[in-house]
Amino acid sequence: MRSILTALGIIIGVGAVIATVSIGNGAKHQVEGQIANLGQNVITVFPGTTTTGGMRGGFGSSSTLTIEDAEAIEREVIGVVAVSAEVRDRQQVLANGLNWNTTVMGESPGYLSVRAWDIDSGAMFTDADVRSTAKVAVIGQTVARELYPDMDPVGQTIRIRNLPFKILGVLKSKGFSFFGSDQDDVVIVPTTSAMRRVARRQFLSSILIQAQAPEAMARIQQDVTDLLQQRRGGREPDFTVRNQLELAEAATATSKTMTALLGSIAGVSLIVGGIGIMNIMLVSVTERTREIGIRLAIGAHDRDVRLQFLIEAMILSMLGGVLGVLFGVGASQIVAAQTGMPVLISTTSITGAVIFSAFVGIVFGFYPAHKAAQLDPIDALRFE
Amino acid sequence: MHPVVRLEEIYKTYSNGEVQVHAVRGVSLDIHKGEFVAIMGSSGSGKSTLMNVLGCLDRPTRGRYLLDGVDTSHLERNERADLRNQKLGFVFQGFNLLARTTALENVELPMLYSPKRVPASEMRKRALAALKIVGLEERADHLPNQLSGGQQQRVAIARALVNQPQILLADEPTGNLDSKTSVEVMGVFQRLNDQGITIVMVTHELDIAHYCKRNLIVRDGKVVRDEFVTNRSISEVEMQKVRDAEMAAKLTHSS
Ligand SMILES: Nc1ncnc2c1ncn2[C@@H]1O[C@H](COP(=O)(O)OP(=O)(O)O)[C@@H](O)[C@H]1O
Ligand SMILES: [Mg+2]
Repeated sequence: MRSILTALGIIIGVGAVIATVSIGNGAKHQVEGQIANLGQNVITVFPGTTTTGGMRGGFGSSSTLTIEDAEAIEREVIGVVAVSAEVRDRQQVLANGLNWNTTVMGESPGYLSVRAWDIDSGAMFTDADVRSTAKVAVIGQTVARELYPDMDPVGQTIRIRNLPFKILGVLKSKGFSFFGSDQDDVVIVPTTSAMRRVARRQFLSSILIQAQAPEAMARIQQDVTDLLQQRRGGREPDFTVRNQLELAEAATATSKTMTALLGSIAGVSLIVGGIGIMNIMLVSVTERTREIGIRLAIGAHDRDVRLQFLIEAMILSMLGGVLGVLFGVGASQIVAAQTGMPVLISTTSITGAVIFSAFVGIVFGFYPAHKAAQLDPIDALRFE
Repeated sequence: MHPVVRLEEIYKTYSNGEVQVHAVRGVSLDIHKGEFVAIMGSSGSGKSTLMNVLGCLDRPTRGRYLLDGVDTSHLERNERADLRNQKLGFVFQGFNLLARTTALENVELPMLYSPKRVPASEMRKRALAALKIVGLEERADHLPNQLSGGQQQRVAIARALVNQPQILLADEPTGNLDSKTSVEVMGVFQRLNDQGITIVMVTHELDIAHYCKRNLIVRDGKVVRDEFVTNRSISEVEMQKVRDAEMAAKLTHSS
């Protein structure tokens, strides 16, 4: 019982390590998943400029990206697989006697390739639809569910700004983005239709570019910058070219600092636990002075006594480690159940924690064990 | 043949800060194989200090101590531990058995610390043999608190014997025992001595010293008398006397 109380520091420390690592790993895994979810090798051109010192003017403050810019990129930059000229707008849509507030996005047919997205049923619109400003749409799963609870939406008509759009297809489910928005809550129409009929804007929200290979991204980013600059003549640049890796790096950096912070808290509690182990071992050495005297008197060497107490300290803290693992796994399951945060418990972190707690036992058990080994046999035997 | 123990002008001075206590002051002594020596003297006369030196638990301040012909004065801590383990067997007044450890395991303990590794089966065999010598082989699985004082002291004797030491040392082995049990324990010592084991023990009881073959009287850290016991007590005879007395007491009681 007293051993358990003593090992409490270790239990909490290891538990905290396991819980934080599990939650941290879970979050990292999720972020990685969501970044892959964005599509592969994607470069994005935003209107407006940013400088290293911060935003200047802000995104979209001078919205001058045009559909021609997107076409020029697709035509002239080598190594580009797909380009989508994007316009985003928020609209109330009506269909089937129901209405729903959703994001209406104008895109090029290449959008699905860029986002690594697939059609679930029906078909995507084509370049011809873009050229003819066709009133056609594909819808996300959420929109399909809300507006057509018990009907196949393909072939139906959806009204956007009171204009009828024919639904050509329904997209597969894509889940939540890492900004927390429902990516399936969307209606996608040809870029031209969105610009002229829905958003009634002349300029794009962004241009999405998919590169052939990760190695080509840096060059394509440069080529796109050069091309857009050239198209603007001598004017000051009014766009920003970003690649997906930069986004991924920002996201993982955040989760890394989180993990490091929580990890250091856990580390501190392990040290506190180690001091607890040291304390109980010192008490134990004092209480068992006579036993140590007996062992020394019948021929135990220093190292025999030292080893005995080191092993005891190690067993004690490993016991704490094992209980801590159980506690940590339990805690992370509760966190997962309560908050819906993803949790990833890895065997490496479990074995690591147990080994580390054994190590803590050895480090903090060393001084008490050394003290025991240095006792004088006569003094130890006389001890009451 | 060299003596088992040779002390040459042994001094032991304790210095606690300013105060110096001269516990042993120039003891020279030879003890030969097969001897059975009692060291007597009043409390504080230096008996235990002398025993601790003999047992290599403590080092003399001055003088030479040859054990089995080997000078022990310059040995370091772990070398003295090996001597205690291999050549010396120590029995204490307070038994000093490990609690929560069976009699058998207590007796096995010295073999655990042997410089040469003893296999577990061998350890068990030798420990049982040692327990048999002291007549406790059926109590091998008992814990110390399940044994009487006399039995605990016999387990301690078995532990002291298990590595076949050159000499058995006992500091007031009967000090915590009643007179009947004391006679029993002295009987064990006498039997061991009859088998050729050298024994040195401390006692302040004259009748206990009478079971030994040689008595040393210590006063103020010096040996003041060294004599052989004539007409020594034999434990079997004394035990019979005790039993007869008990019988007589019973008879008078019941009649
Ligand atoms: N560790 C010690 N430190 C200081 N003085 C001691 C120590 N051990 C024993 N003495 C002193 O040495 C003297 C002899 O003690 P000891 O050998 O125990 O006597 P005995 O066993 O004959 O009663 C006593 O005066 C005692 O107080
Ligand atoms: Mg004494």
